[in-house]
Amino acid sequence: MNSFTEYFRGIFNGLRSLFQGLGVTGKYFFKPGTTVTQQYPNNRKDLKMFDMFKGEVIMPHNEKNEHKCTGCGICEINCPNGSIEIISATIVNEDGKKQRIIDKHIYHLGMCTFCGLCVKTCPSQALAFGQEFEHAVFDRTKLTKVLNQPGSKIMKGVE
Amino acid sequence: MEFSLYDFSSFTAWIDSSLRASMSPGWAVAVEMILIGIAILIFYALVGLFLVYAERKVCALMQNRLGPNRVGPGGVFQTIADLVKLLFVELVPIKNADRVLFNVAPFIVIIASFMAIGAIPFAKGLQAIDLNIGVFYLMAISSMGVIGVLLAGWASNNKYSLIGAMRSGAQIVSYELSVGLALVTMVVLAGTMQLSEIIEGQRWGWFIFKGHIPAVIAFVIYIIAGTAETNRGPFDLAEAESELTAGYHTEYSGIKFAFFFLAEYMNMFIVAAIAATVFFGGWMPFHVYGWDGFNAVMDFIPPFVWFIAKTFGIVFLMMWLKWTFPRLRIDQLLTLEWKYLLPINIFNLLLMAFLVLTGLHW
Repeated sequence: MNSFTEYFRGIFNGLRSLFQGLGVTGKYFFKPGTTVTQQYPNNRKDLKMFDMFKGEVIMPHNEKNEHKCTGCGICEINCPNGSIEIISATIVNEDGKKQRIIDKHIYHLGMCTFCGLCVKTCPSQALAFGQEFEHAVFDRTKLTKVLNQPGSKIMKGVE
Repeated sequence: MEFSLYDFSSFTAWIDSSLRASMSPGWAVAVEMILIGIAILIFYALVGLFLVYAERKVCALMQNRLGPNRVGPGGVFQTIADLVKLLFVELVPIKNADRVLFNVAPFIVIIASFMAIGAIPFAKGLQAIDLNIGVFYLMAISSMGVIGVLLAGWASNNKYSLIGAMRSGAQIVSYELSVGLALVTMVVLAGTMQLSEIIEGQRWGWFIFKGHIPAVIAFVIYIIAGTAETNRGPFDLAEAESELTAGYHTEYSGIKFAFFFLAEYMNMFIVAAIAATVFFGGWMPFHVYGWDGFNAVMDFIPPFVWFIAKTFGIVFLMMWLKWTFPRLRIDQLLTLEWKYLLPINIFNLLLMAFLVLTGLHW
């Protein structure tokens, strides 16, 4: 008797869950407003990528053309495929001490796998991910970028 | 000549008499056959193209996508572009394949569905052949397609094809029973197997209303088993992409693949057309006994439109099922058939016979 009721309960529970599924897809079908497709080339003007999108590695600069990179080289060490090259220089600062600063932060976009280790390990949060994703170029040398802007200096208070 | 959208029998009779007037009866029959063949072929191609487009749009909307929208307005010419591409694809010869069977298989599949379409009544008088065992003929012909599937799998000399074909064989042999018994249930109610008389019997109420609960159960079982018989999802183990690349048509390319593809969609149309004919009155408009004004309004809509609307309604239902449910495993598939559908179906047949014998139906 027990297995008999089990059999019918199985049928009705199964039917109920099937109708639940049908309800979900039916709702989507009759509500075109839920469409998530981006009509990409047509909407490039107002296309906004989501915050976590990893388009490219950038070095944010403030309005005084200052960045936070100390030139420590941790990103270069952590990069698994050598996409980052740090060229540092030594200057004498106001206190008369020698200081290591960044000369060029070279980023090879063509080799980058967007793993995010450089951004994650940077001790001074100098690196970030940009939202730009249209990287196609006709010459691959254009994929090698210098992240610190010319004439930029390190931000005050970043060690 | 008298042409009417509501009754094609005078139109076909006019073609017949004018042909017989100009040639011997044997030639007249031959010319008629060719005309019907061409008409059905054109219909077949148009419906196939439309169904592929409809499927892509329906599944896109159900998955919150847009679907094809580049070729033509709303992407309507997408399937035509696909067809043109398929026509130009190279037919790859397979090493160690059984050449004859490999080439014959797609034709068997497509001829099986082509023959089934001949017996389907599209409108009053618009039916290629009205057999007195119409339902039986349709069941017999629609199960022919599996021979083509098995041949394709065997002749391809490919393990994925063979596994796919064997799964398809097990599936169709099992679910054929359910399709048959569900239709037999309705034949018990109709009292005839002739499709034109089945439709005539639904003048004052479609069988799904006349037959009460057993008819509804039979319809649900028919839709489940019919979806399985056409090898469509959630019963598409025969071509389970994730396991078998494409199942029995892995090795096919170009127009031969297009034949399998087209036959799948036409089988869906045929299953839906049979369901529309047997459960929803085919081309018969919706009538309520005694409401003469309402009936006149319903009669104003041509029967062809009724038939197509019902059929595509059921096709939409099948697409809805396909794009909602995940694929069954082979043991789940056989459990569903042998432990659930078949016992329920046999009990349902008894219930229907009881209903008819006691006169509880209308």
